[in-house]
Amino acid sequence: MSIEATVVNTATKFVPMHLQIKAIHRALKVKNKLLKNTPFKPRKVPEFAELPIPDVNTLALDEIDVSNPFLFRQQQWQPYFKRLRDECPVHYQKSSPFGPFWSVTRYDDIQYVDKHHELFSSEPIIFLGDRPEGLPLETFIAMDPPRHDVHRKSVQSVVAPQNLKEMEGLIRERAQEVLDSLPTDKPFDWVQAVSIELTARMLATLLDYPYENRAELVYISDVVGGNAESTGGTYADMDETFKAAADMVKKFTALWHDKKRREAAGEAPGFDLISLMQNNEHTKDIVNRPLEFMGNLALLVVGGNDTTRNSMTGGVLALNEFPNEFQKLKQNPSLIPNMVSEIIRWQTPLAYMRRVAKQDVELGGKTIKKGDKVLMWYVSGNRDERKIDNPDEFIIDRKGARNHLSFGFGIHRCMGNRLAEMQLRILWEELLVRFDKIEVIGEPDYVQSNFVKGYSKMMVKLTRKT
Amino acid sequence: MASIKMIEHDGTEHEVAIEDGKSLMELATDNAVPGIDADCGGDCACGTCHVIVGDKWFPNTGVANNDEQQMLDMTPERASTSRLACQIKITEAMDGMVVRLPEFQM
Ligand code: HEM
Ligand code: FES
Repeated sequence: MSIEATVVNTATKFVPMHLQIKAIHRALKVKNKLLKNTPFKPRKVPEFAELPIPDVNTLALDEIDVSNPFLFRQQQWQPYFKRLRDECPVHYQKSSPFGPFWSVTRYDDIQYVDKHHELFSSEPIIFLGDRPEGLPLETFIAMDPPRHDVHRKSVQSVVAPQNLKEMEGLIRERAQEVLDSLPTDKPFDWVQAVSIELTARMLATLLDYPYENRAELVYISDVVGGNAESTGGTYADMDETFKAAADMVKKFTALWHDKKRREAAGEAPGFDLISLMQNNEHTKDIVNRPLEFMGNLALLVVGGNDTTRNSMTGGVLALNEFPNEFQKLKQNPSLIPNMVSEIIRWQTPLAYMRRVAKQDVELGGKTIKKGDKVLMWYVSGNRDERKIDNPDEFIIDRKGARNHLSFGFGIHRCMGNRLAEMQLRILWEELLVRFDKIEVIGEPDYVQSNFVKGYSKMMVKLTRKT
Repeated sequence: MASIKMIEHDGTEHEVAIEDGKSLMELATDNAVPGIDADCGGDCACGTCHVIVGDKWFPNTGVANNDEQQMLDMTPERASTSRLACQIKITEAMDGMVVRLPEFQM
């Protein structure tokens, strides 16, 4: 545990965590002010201005910088990664705005790095950039064994298939409500009305969060995942980030105590994350270890949000770009489960995970030095011609559709993968019985980030089934 | 015919002919036994080829290394004779072996 974490956990016995976060924030502000006119520069949060990205073929290899948070928005990622895969599959960029880093871009190399956690550490964070100063949340996605294993085991039953069976009915009902209320006489924004709304409902179900406040979960996730310093996102205002964190701690702590009271009053324990933590030996007192408590919650909220949301939008976009596949689907709805895997491959909602080399490692003819940052670009590996036939085609009955990289491999492999697949399956089952046409109008808007590959807006027009 | 019996969670039985040198995962997927996803293609990196080996046969399947133990550890349905099918090499000596599939792959 870091010194910061020990201090916070000890202090929590006396001072509520959300007040501590406010205090850390004040102290950082003072520190950064004092450092301003000294050689010790305060840490600067980068702000990114969008410039047109040059054609990759006009660049020398060492000029290629795939950390640019506009690479997806400007639809340049395919030629950039193809050039790296073909000419320099293990590539070093020595001076990005996020510092130097390696890019691993071929399927097999990515699988190798992901699997070898003894060579490549997930600590202290899995974004390219640093985490915001002063918020050392303890999340197991950014821990190595043995700590990782202990933490993961204590919460994984919340998304285990057994538990999902319990939740399926509720998730389906809530999806039906949303789809039944969609307009069919005019275009609307699919991202807001469907993708965000359905993921928020799912998260509220998973956490037993007050249902009417579910938009708060979306907001927290956007602030954490959209941090400028970590991913080149649009949240550069640290005042806002700290306020969101403090607010989240307060609400979840209250939720914890409320649940305890209800259970003490005889209510049966639920199948939500907080109930499960309260009934697990390792986590029953986790509320007293707030960085870990918050870490687990933040991981589920963020992990389950952008990813599923952008797969819900990406699937509609893919079927519009490949209209024959939509015909195939309507003729044979039993292809839905296979199509769900293909959507998740084609979209690759999280572009990469980061590692740090624990020792010098030879890979692709290069020597990665101990301490270097390494990005496994899932988004590139999923389009690797060496591994996948016609990788840029969206084929709903693709053979081996499950063999994609989007969930990662090894001990950190996505814990929510079955939940994500279930949600997408339910969405498509319910869409097919209602609508004959799902038309994308114009171009979607893309998210600014080097980490989240997603959409901020996509106009859609529906035609009801007759 | 030398064969192995795989029993799905709902009791459906599949008798598959032994092919020396293949992994149990390959044997299952090549014979379209449902319930073995094998998302990582046999690299011991996804945990979706989980099987529970019959007690009597467990010693014949070799020993799970560290990587395999760690992946198995993440499976809620882990039993004392759990293995990842991609890590079991098939031999003629496994004629008559029985393995059960879990209700879900993780
Ligand atoms: C299509 C949707 C999703 C995608 C593409 C996705 C992708 C990923 C990836 C790439 C990783 C890291 C894998 C690695 O490092 O090898 C991961 C880890 C994780 N994901 Fe997901 N995810 C999705 C949905 C979800 C959902 C719905 C949840 C939960 C509500 C979730 C929770 C987690 C957690 C807790 C981890 C950390 C696992 C660990 O470190 O052991 N994810 N996910
Ligand atoms: S096929 Fe992935 S672990 Fe066996």
